[in-house]
Amino acid sequence: MNEIIQKVNNLSIGFKSKKGEEILILRNISTNIKKGETVGIVGESGSGKSTLALAMMGYVKHGLYTIGGECEFNSSNLLKMKNRDLEKIRGRKIAMIPQNAGQALTPNLKIGYQIDEALQLHSDLKEEEREKKISELLNKVRLPSPETIALRYPHELSGGQQQRVAVAMALAGTPDLLLLDEPTTGLDVTTQAHVLELLNFIAKDTGTSMVYVSHDLGAIAQVSDRIIVMYSGEIVLEGPSREILKKPIHPYTYGLLKSIPKLSLAGLPQSMPGSQPQPGTMHRGCSFFDRCDFSEEKCKNNSPQLEYLEELNTSVRCFNHKSLMNDSQVNQTVNEIKTSTQDKEILNLSEVSISYAKQKLLDQVLNRISDDNPTVKDININIKKGETIALVGESGSGKSTILKSIAGLLRTKGGIIKFDQNRNLSSDLKERDPNDLRIIQLIFQNPDESLNPNHTVEEIIAQPLKLYFGLKGEELKKNITDLLQKVRLGEFYMSRYPRQLSGGEKQRVAVARAFAAKPDIILCDEVTSALDVSVQAAVLNLLQQLKEDFGTTYIFVSHDLAVVRAISDRVAVLYQGRLCEVGPSKDVYQFPSHPYTEVLLGAVLEPDPDIKPKLVAEDIVEEKPPQKGCSFQGRCSRILGDICKNEVPPWQLTNSGNSIRCHIPLKELQKDQIN
Amino acid sequence: MKLDNIYQEEKKSNFAKVSEIIITMASRPSGFIGLSILIFHVILAFISPYVAPYDFKAINPTLMLQAPSAEYWFGTDDLGRDVFTRTILGGRTALTITFFGSLIALLWGGLLGIFCGLVGGKTDDIVMRIVDAFLSIPWILAMLLIVSLLGTSTEVLIPALGFFYGKGIVRVARAATHDVIAKDFIVSARARGHSNFSIIWNEIIPNVRDAILVEGAMRWSWMLLGFSSLSFLGFGVSPPTPDWGLMISNARGLMSFAYWSVIAPIVGLSSLIIGINLTADAFAKALGIDRSTKAPV
Repeated sequence: MNEIIQKVNNLSIGFKSKKGEEILILRNISTNIKKGETVGIVGESGSGKSTLALAMMGYVKHGLYTIGGECEFNSSNLLKMKNRDLEKIRGRKIAMIPQNAGQALTPNLKIGYQIDEALQLHSDLKEEEREKKISELLNKVRLPSPETIALRYPHELSGGQQQRVAVAMALAGTPDLLLLDEPTTGLDVTTQAHVLELLNFIAKDTGTSMVYVSHDLGAIAQVSDRIIVMYSGEIVLEGPSREILKKPIHPYTYGLLKSIPKLSLAGLPQSMPGSQPQPGTMHRGCSFFDRCDFSEEKCKNNSPQLEYLEELNTSVRCFNHKSLMNDSQVNQTVNEIKTSTQDKEILNLSEVSISYAKQKLLDQVLNRISDDNPTVKDININIKKGETIALVGESGSGKSTILKSIAGLLRTKGGIIKFDQNRNLSSDLKERDPNDLRIIQLIFQNPDESLNPNHTVEEIIAQPLKLYFGLKGEELKKNITDLLQKVRLGEFYMSRYPRQLSGGEKQRVAVARAFAAKPDIILCDEVTSALDVSVQAAVLNLLQQLKEDFGTTYIFVSHDLAVVRAISDRVAVLYQGRLCEVGPSKDVYQFPSHPYTEVLLGAVLEPDPDIKPKLVAEDIVEEKPPQKGCSFQGRCSRILGDICKNEVPPWQLTNSGNSIRCHIPLKELQKDQIN
Repeated sequence: MKLDNIYQEEKKSNFAKVSEIIITMASRPSGFIGLSILIFHVILAFISPYVAPYDFKAINPTLMLQAPSAEYWFGTDDLGRDVFTRTILGGRTALTITFFGSLIALLWGGLLGIFCGLVGGKTDDIVMRIVDAFLSIPWILAMLLIVSLLGTSTEVLIPALGFFYGKGIVRVARAATHDVIAKDFIVSARARGHSNFSIIWNEIIPNVRDAILVEGAMRWSWMLLGFSSLSFLGFGVSPPTPDWGLMISNARGLMSFAYWSVIAPIVGLSSLIIGINLTADAFAKALGIDRSTKAPV
């Protein structure tokens, strides 16, 4: 257990800027990976965590180069090795599992063939042995019926299954060290929990060392023995995972843990101000100085060294860690959200159904509806003015589809969308008048894509102001400045381009643009999932503040139940385009729940090594909603039998005003779930 | 929030942007050579009527097919005209006609491509099939038909060349638009209710402009070759106006004993085409369209 297999010694990696300055991405990193150990590397985007992981297999990205230090594997420096020698190590001794397995697998080769290729390269097995080994590997990553999976093409597998195949391929060479770069980031919550559980099992079973890179402390907490926290290219904290998560003695980790929303706490977590310094902008002092709550005068000019504390077995880079040590139990305080829900109904969806299927010509002529099993069906929701309602579900649950229909971007197949009790909103964008369009605004998931890269912030925010209010000249400028102020950005941002802004700043600009139209309803499509945790909390707080100021109604789509818990008044859980459960947020998070809500809640990962996810159902992916009966019948662990398969379950009302659509009586549900 | 100077980049005036692009282009050897050749040709086209040593149409039977000498630098042709004079004047018509021709190609090809990309559906299908149909017609035959019906005047040549070379730009512009169209900022503009015109003008053009401009520059050099082929076949510039294509055509039979009367226009034509190609490449790289030169991080 104590044998060191990978030794990173004083490693610095960087690039030359256009002006010829040397800019460091990694600064003097030293760490050891022991045999059989799982190490989590955590940090915000741009902290250098992926660069470090790649360096561990002797790879430096194009444009970057090693400035100093070495990565020793079996006492040979990988960074100085020739490619031919590296080939012998990569795959056989060190294997990598990429973030997006769907893109890492060759689309036109069968799974079995691809694993066979890895085996040919990285093992000495003969052909017959290899065949046996393939099913053995697929079995090991718990894929059902390995023989059939081996004959499939990557696109025939779900995201979680593809990730499992990637794990199987990495294991083909029986490596000593496995590098995982954000292996579960693109996956659904339930799938993520299953894959992590598998990785845990493999680590124990094979004794392989793992380096797990992620921005998600929840995932890291589930798998790692030891955690390395990185900040702007430096290790700021390193130690056993329990110590780090329970007693974070570095202010950055402390702040990070405080900004993660938890299931057990309603209300918005506190955000960490500022953002990580860009590479090349480091000053003399501590790189976290600007954002630190505990900083002192000396932090400004002296940069702290990594200090090893024997009693905690932890290294920390902070002058002040002693004062943090005393009160470092993370006492999370949340900003209670004020409900501003009014009695007036603002948006009503009744019997809305949406289908992606193209109408056949014959059906068009006969004017009949061809698809009797649409993607989204029977959506009935009343939304009150000033309310935040969240639509929750895994990918494919139809939540974004519903948002698009509300915005008019996607035609509904049936049902009515009514605004303000009496105005029908046409499902065709062209038939809506400008005012209908103004009252509903969208904020998108990825601000990189939702802001035109060739427009300045001023031009971006001016668009709705010009379109809806015809503002010009001074008045326009004044309005833009006001809006920027509302989203806490200074006037000088006006002339910036999106690429000059950080992720959080970009999302603020997108928020400002949405509010520029003075809308009644804002549709938020996964608005925080592309952001770092510390920024996520800030954006959530901003949205809440703006809502209180303007009385806007939010329809909030997210797959992250903890975020939804933090911001929403009411939650609607969707599976396969059908509603499962609707109710006030505090009740949805309590039992009794719809069996699907139970699955989702169980799979939430919390940054606490003591809270393990509960895996209730299998992570099968269904492509189509079932023709009849309950939408969740295929995965439900509490399925009653024929009744679930044939009859659409009735809505049952709980005492607290929570509606659950299930055949199982509420009392029984509650009894089962609490046990 | 502080941003360091390497990330700092304030909004620049258009003039500053253009000059920065030209400086970047010239900082690469190939770009420098291309730009120099192109600028040389353009300057020559402007000043050649004033610096030409002889009259380009002065026929002198006593001076037929003279070899290059101190007096006649590039020798004389079969009618005793000075080849040097005719060579430096020979690029003017071709350069002017193809320049305006590519502008027209750029304009209609670019706008139609963007429109098709944005609208999609049946309109897109129909327009693209028509474009495909035209692409399948050998352009030189079609050009010959047009020229023989309507004559070889500049007013016919410029739009005809512009039309034939714009077809390819339609495809490029449409593909570039497809890249942009899926982005959320277009969805957002649609959801706000902007008109198609406003979406094209404000959201799409700034993002596809670079790709279309580079494509236009490449088309320019092809069009130059095409135009010279027309002249070579006798359908471009009419004699006695000096033109490279025409000069090559006239002198090609004499190549075995009076090589100078062919080589001079060939060098003129190919150097201009190489110059434009190199410039277009450097332009693409300066705009960052070439992926391999993108800065790290």
